[in-house]
Amino acid sequence: MREIRLHGRGGMGTVKAGEVLVYASVKGANYGNSIPFFGFERQGAPVTSFVRLDDKPIRPKNQVYHPNCLIVMDETIQKAVNIFEGIRDNTIMVMNTNKSLNELDIPEEITKVGILDATSLSLEFIGRPIPNTIMLGAFVRATNWVDLKYVCERAGQLWGEKNMAAAEKGYELCEVHEVGENDGK
Amino acid sequence: MSKVMATTGNTAAAIGAALAKPQVIAAYPITPQSSVVENLAGMIANGELNSKMVEVESEHSAMSVVQGAAVSGARTFTATSAQGLALMYEPYFRMSTLRLPMVMAIAGREMTSPETVWGSQQDSISVRDAGWLQMYVEDNQEILDMIIQGYKVAENQKVLLPINIIYDGFFLSHLMERVEVPPQEKVDQFLPGYNPQHVKFNPSEPMAVDPLTPGDILMEYREDHLKAAHKALEVIDDVDNDFGNSFGRYYGGAVQEYLCDDADIVLVTMGSMTGTAKEAVNIKREQGIKAGLLKIRAMRPFPETKVNEVLKGKKAVAVVDRNVCFGWNTGTLFVEVKAALNRCDDISLVPVIGGLGGADITLNHFTNCIDLLQKTSDYKKYHKCIWFKKGGELHEVS
Repeated sequence: MREIRLHGRGGMGTVKAGEVLVYASVKGANYGNSIPFFGFERQGAPVTSFVRLDDKPIRPKNQVYHPNCLIVMDETIQKAVNIFEGIRDNTIMVMNTNKSLNELDIPEEITKVGILDATSLSLEFIGRPIPNTIMLGAFVRATNWVDLKYVCERAGQLWGEKNMAAAEKGYELCEVHEVGENDGK
Repeated sequence: MSKVMATTGNTAAAIGAALAKPQVIAAYPITPQSSVVENLAGMIANGELNSKMVEVESEHSAMSVVQGAAVSGARTFTATSAQGLALMYEPYFRMSTLRLPMVMAIAGREMTSPETVWGSQQDSISVRDAGWLQMYVEDNQEILDMIIQGYKVAENQKVLLPINIIYDGFFLSHLMERVEVPPQEKVDQFLPGYNPQHVKFNPSEPMAVDPLTPGDILMEYREDHLKAAHKALEVIDDVDNDFGNSFGRYYGGAVQEYLCDDADIVLVTMGSMTGTAKEAVNIKREQGIKAGLLKIRAMRPFPETKVNEVLKGKKAVAVVDRNVCFGWNTGTLFVEVKAALNRCDDISLVPVIGGLGGADITLNHFTNCIDLLQKTSDYKKYHKCIWFKKGGELHEVS
């Protein structure tokens, strides 16, 4: 079972992004569930959401404690939250950042990193700093765990054509790097 | 063909209700239930659902409206949580004692104080003795399926009682997952229209309903009510079987057993924690521990005989409650199970409380709990209450 933890801030569409991944998984004849961390959700406050994906029914309906994928909607969230807590070996991280790979401090459990400046891209393509659809495209590029067409389909249903295009842009522009020594596992 | 979709528990509840075609819906929004009613209002506005939606100013009015509609022979639906349920209590009680069948979904929420809006079973548990049938479910598919089944149980001529379909707030109400939506024609075949004979307001055939009643006659009403609730246990099982035959999904009726046959150690659970607990059972089975799980689906009526049959001869049993039973220093389900097992003194029966106010119940909690039962089964009468603490820790409170 694949377990994903999404980190973002209130207003970035972090919880909705998790739901789009479940939609895409179910559309692809697989299973998924998503659940937000229940806290005090305000614009700008740290938000966490949890997603499980599998090719068979998923029993647990609670939070994810040992993810093998992180989606980080805002790099600065690290000042408030330990985004690496509990991650498994060979975790994939997809991060919204304007830094280059060399400038990031990445723990050894992470063996694949997808990065892009989703904030600038969302301002360009959507006109607002809401990076979720771009990050979903980037997630598909880095993981290939769900089908991009279903992510775009749902983004379009929920938020219109610009967001559908934004997901495609995220896929196209995400830089994926293999890091560490555990490549290919 | 069933339609497969990714949906939240609240939407699954709304879809289940719509498939049952209630004639009257009245509800007042409250977290975490609100989107049930929003969805139904949307379906009516879009012309997908031909129900009368009554906008009300409180839950007390919501239940009063559907009560009036039910007395007039309508199939009705409402949904609520926590403080809304508390405000509804007066007409809620009367709904059952008037023997008016209906389905009400409860997205379970902790009762204040301290102030909270998050998940728990404290709200529904606190009204377990108001004469309703109460069933707890584990996932979003079961929410949808049980709302449909709920009408068939409630409207059965041997039962004629209202039923709550209860799912944990946020843990299911806001969880998105794969759900199969059965086609309307198949639901129509499974669930015929409601045609009450016992009470119905009709100007051409006047009937006195609910006159002032002396105690000796009131006691006959209560006796009948209790008998009907008891009868509902069989009906719940029969409806589950019929539903399985029609739709391919069987839930086990009043209880569901998971690997109990050869188990020495059993976890007793209710609601959304069950899936995580089953995972823990699997992990411990791989380590050679004979663990099993008993999921309580019907809290009211309580399946005393089945609980006895399943747990009889087990070494150690933990009953995990997402609620507290004030005055007993345990959870409420524990007290119920203990009452059902009153002649099984050789079982180590351990009360566990966890997941209050939206706190998470984790895999570590359950694996640690099975380890504790393993030790407990070596000596009898272990009865300190265990609390599931943050990080998977168990904490004993004597």
